[in-house]
Amino acid sequence: MTLADGVKKGDPLSVSRAITAVENGTPESLALLDAIAPLIGRAARIGFTGPPGVGKSTVIDALVQVLRGRSEKVGVIAVDPTSPFTGGALLGDRIRMGKSTEDPHVFMRSMATRGTSGGISRATQDAADVLDASGVSRILIETVGAGQSEVEIARATDATVVILSPESGDGIQAMKSGIMEIADLVLINKADRAGAGQLEHDLRGAFDLRPNRRGKDIPILQSEAFKGKGIPELLEAIDAHLAERKKDGGFEKRRNENMVRRLKTLVEYMIERNLWEEDGAGGRLETFARDVLNHARTSYQAAELLVREAMKAR
Amino acid sequence: MSKPNGGFEKSLKTWEDAVSKVKPEKRSASDLKAWDPAKELGEPGAYPFTRGPYENMYRGRLWTMRMFSGFGTARDTNERFKYLLEHGQTGLSIAFDMPTLMGYDSDHARSRGEVGREGVAVCSLQNMQTLFDGIPMADVSTSMTINPTACILLAFYVACAERQGVKSDRLRGTIQNDMLKEYIAQKEWVYPPLPSMRIITDMMAFCAEHVPKWNTISISGYHIREAGSTALQELAFTLMDGFTYVEYGVKAGIPVDDFAPRLSFFFNSHMDFFEEIAKFRAARRIWARHMRERYGAKNPDSWRLRFHTQTAGCSLTAQQPENNIVRTAIEALAGVLGGTQSLHTNSMDEALALPTEHAVKIALRTQQILAHEAGLTDAIDPLAGSYFIEAMTNKMEEEAEKIFKTIEKGYPQREIARAAYEFQKAVEEKRYVNVGVNEYVDPKPKLIPLLKVDARVERDQVAELKKLKRRRDAGAVKRALEEVGKAARGTANLMPPILAAVKVDVTLGEIVEELKKPFGEWREPPIYW
Amino acid sequence: MGSPMAAKKKAAPAKAPARKYRILVAKPGLDGHDRGAKVVAAALRDAGFEVIYTGLHQTSEMIVNAALQEDADSICVSILSGAHMTLFPEILGLMKKRKMKNVLLCGGGVIPPEDIAALNKKGVGRLFGPGTDTREIVTYLNEALPKLRG
Repeated sequence: MTLADGVKKGDPLSVSRAITAVENGTPESLALLDAIAPLIGRAARIGFTGPPGVGKSTVIDALVQVLRGRSEKVGVIAVDPTSPFTGGALLGDRIRMGKSTEDPHVFMRSMATRGTSGGISRATQDAADVLDASGVSRILIETVGAGQSEVEIARATDATVVILSPESGDGIQAMKSGIMEIADLVLINKADRAGAGQLEHDLRGAFDLRPNRRGKDIPILQSEAFKGKGIPELLEAIDAHLAERKKDGGFEKRRNENMVRRLKTLVEYMIERNLWEEDGAGGRLETFARDVLNHARTSYQAAELLVREAMKAR
Repeated sequence: MSKPNGGFEKSLKTWEDAVSKVKPEKRSASDLKAWDPAKELGEPGAYPFTRGPYENMYRGRLWTMRMFSGFGTARDTNERFKYLLEHGQTGLSIAFDMPTLMGYDSDHARSRGEVGREGVAVCSLQNMQTLFDGIPMADVSTSMTINPTACILLAFYVACAERQGVKSDRLRGTIQNDMLKEYIAQKEWVYPPLPSMRIITDMMAFCAEHVPKWNTISISGYHIREAGSTALQELAFTLMDGFTYVEYGVKAGIPVDDFAPRLSFFFNSHMDFFEEIAKFRAARRIWARHMRERYGAKNPDSWRLRFHTQTAGCSLTAQQPENNIVRTAIEALAGVLGGTQSLHTNSMDEALALPTEHAVKIALRTQQILAHEAGLTDAIDPLAGSYFIEAMTNKMEEEAEKIFKTIEKGYPQREIARAAYEFQKAVEEKRYVNVGVNEYVDPKPKLIPLLKVDARVERDQVAELKKLKRRRDAGAVKRALEEVGKAARGTANLMPPILAAVKVDVTLGEIVEELKKPFGEWREPPIYW
Repeated sequence: MGSPMAAKKKAAPAKAPARKYRILVAKPGLDGHDRGAKVVAAALRDAGFEVIYTGLHQTSEMIVNAALQEDADSICVSILSGAHMTLFPEILGLMKKRKMKNVLLCGGGVIPPEDIAALNKKGVGRLFGPGTDTREIVTYLNEALPKLRG
């Protein structure tokens, strides 16, 4: 049984190894993705993002419970930042997931951003493809809405849920940081805390002010995920949103846009990899840099030469 | 809502910061400018109790020598208790195994491999009776280190005493029963915080009426310190837990002076000698001030902080274990000079296993030598008036007050984990010299004999439980559990139905399962860095 | 085309990025002492590993399931409760049952030397006791994992 066969059968060991292969971009991963290509696209992908501490993992755990109650098979990918200083990462979402991690019909994978700007987006989407091919009906992707790449991951889905909580002025920060631009739904978790109502009011006000008409239609929900409150309603709202987008063509449009962005990222990734990793960090770059400083070429000429070579290498 | 790391602990970048934070600037008289000893110290036995909770201290009565022990079956531990009493310990302290601590009977699937390993297995009243076989409960005071299942163990104890013919109003002892520190440090829990507090307040009310000589909570800093906190954090977090219990008791309708006198404390005694002494003195003063000024307690017994001390388990090294005898002696001395009411001294082999008879005897002798040979008992708070000690006591109080103000959810766990990590770095970088571990290392370590807990313990316990369940009246068991469930779902005090249940041989695990139904189960919210 | 550089590029296959090793730090059984596990997890992160910490009170099934899904290169188990002779073999058994190959099971805590030897014989890797320098653990993993996992 090949790795691809195992993935198609939904064998957890194969799925796990396949994700590692695509994450590391090994040679076998290309053949694998080719073999599972026809099965990609069946599952709905939902992104979850928001500031740290709002309870994203708890929300996802509760949502998984609801989905399991409907006998759906679920995949979860949780992305955490790699330390820029040490290159290591503490992948701390699994521990927050509680009961879901014991369920054989839930496959959860923690991934680290690994520092490269386009890299994690590529890796996450390839991992989601593997889960898709393994037969899950839903893939939940969680990131901290801190950096651009994390926000990108949440956006590269069929729907994005932004999670906030009443504390620490999250709402204002979020509105300023631009997370709100990508929200299809907003969930105010820990809604039992003071300020939940005010936050909803403020968000609604901010949305209404936006020139984009869509703002008015963004559902704002409340939840107490720790107690499971508000989560069935969240699922209903997500499903309603997806159904509407399928009706008005938004669903297809978004998948197209996502794929365009994904291809762009992939192209950049391949050039980067071919150029830098083929030669190593030194080598050509050093030589050309000296050339430029010695006025043998301009920096643009050097760069063009490098790009041409990268294209030919394949 | 305050910012994370609310400005206070921002300066705690390294282990050294923690150490220097509470040390005085000059180490001389100038550290005590405008210091008023009459106000800050008072006399021993008088508000604010800086110098000690009692007027005479050890001149009137020695601290209790109370060695925490337990392993294997109740019979094994009963023998160890008798050994220690024979050798001069003056109070009992029971260590229970992980299943008992966590609410599982010895025959539960989750108990596999764990029965009798970290302490004694007690699932039934019968086990408790074996534990106290030949030990007159009217004459001893017993401390029980038990938390989420404390209500059940207290019931076992009271029922067992009854069978010895001893009425509950004669019973003396302490039950740890401190759930707040469990959530942040020791990590033994069954139910979520709110039901746990309800159980604790039920126990406080029950004891106020039926077991008046019993200390209903041992508000603990020991475990917080063991989990990696600094001395200051131990002090602050423990007292904060104490204040929380007071608030819960008052909210539950119990007048503060009715229960506060029976709150007791449990501190760690670690290797920084003077820091520990200052910590103990600061603890007494802070508690007295808050109890009188903030909570309006009128009874001096409510202001009076009494504590048990255990020398620091986390300071023991696996390398060159005999060195630990010296460490324990130093830590015990700090406890005595700090005015502890009872003391447990660790054995030299406890970084490796539970203590052997040989090792525990030395630990007990350590206390006896301190008590009888070192001239310590004649003096009361002999370090009073020392610039260094008084300045540090002041600083500890000052810094603790700051922590009280900036606390927020998740803060203790985060700070404890960080402090543990910073200390480890300090050891690895040799900024903290740990004799035998990172300096003065033995190339060829010597192995010492260690206590082993046999697998037969688990087999014997399981067999005994089977017999018990066959023997008892199944109908009575069912009815008793229903009563427990009913009380739990309502507001009636839980202790009477639990007491009734243990008398018809309902087991610990069965009561816990019954209580889980209305109370739920707790899952740790992961706050670790 | 025809420059030596281009020819070299054609011959060499695409190089995968530097290997990141994934470590599952686990607390099995009822033992609640997590100071060591957390310190080791932080130290491993600082040494460049990707660390997944399971949290407390895990059953062997939960631990092995997590290791499988996360494709952990190593499972580092922390046990201070004395239950190691039951729990380590249980975990090993489950790893075998789920066909996990070449995953390094190691760990630490309070485990007497003769038990360490017995566990090593059963296939458990190194076990680190009290007073261990975390750098020793890092070195061990950095040496053992490339051999085992590539």
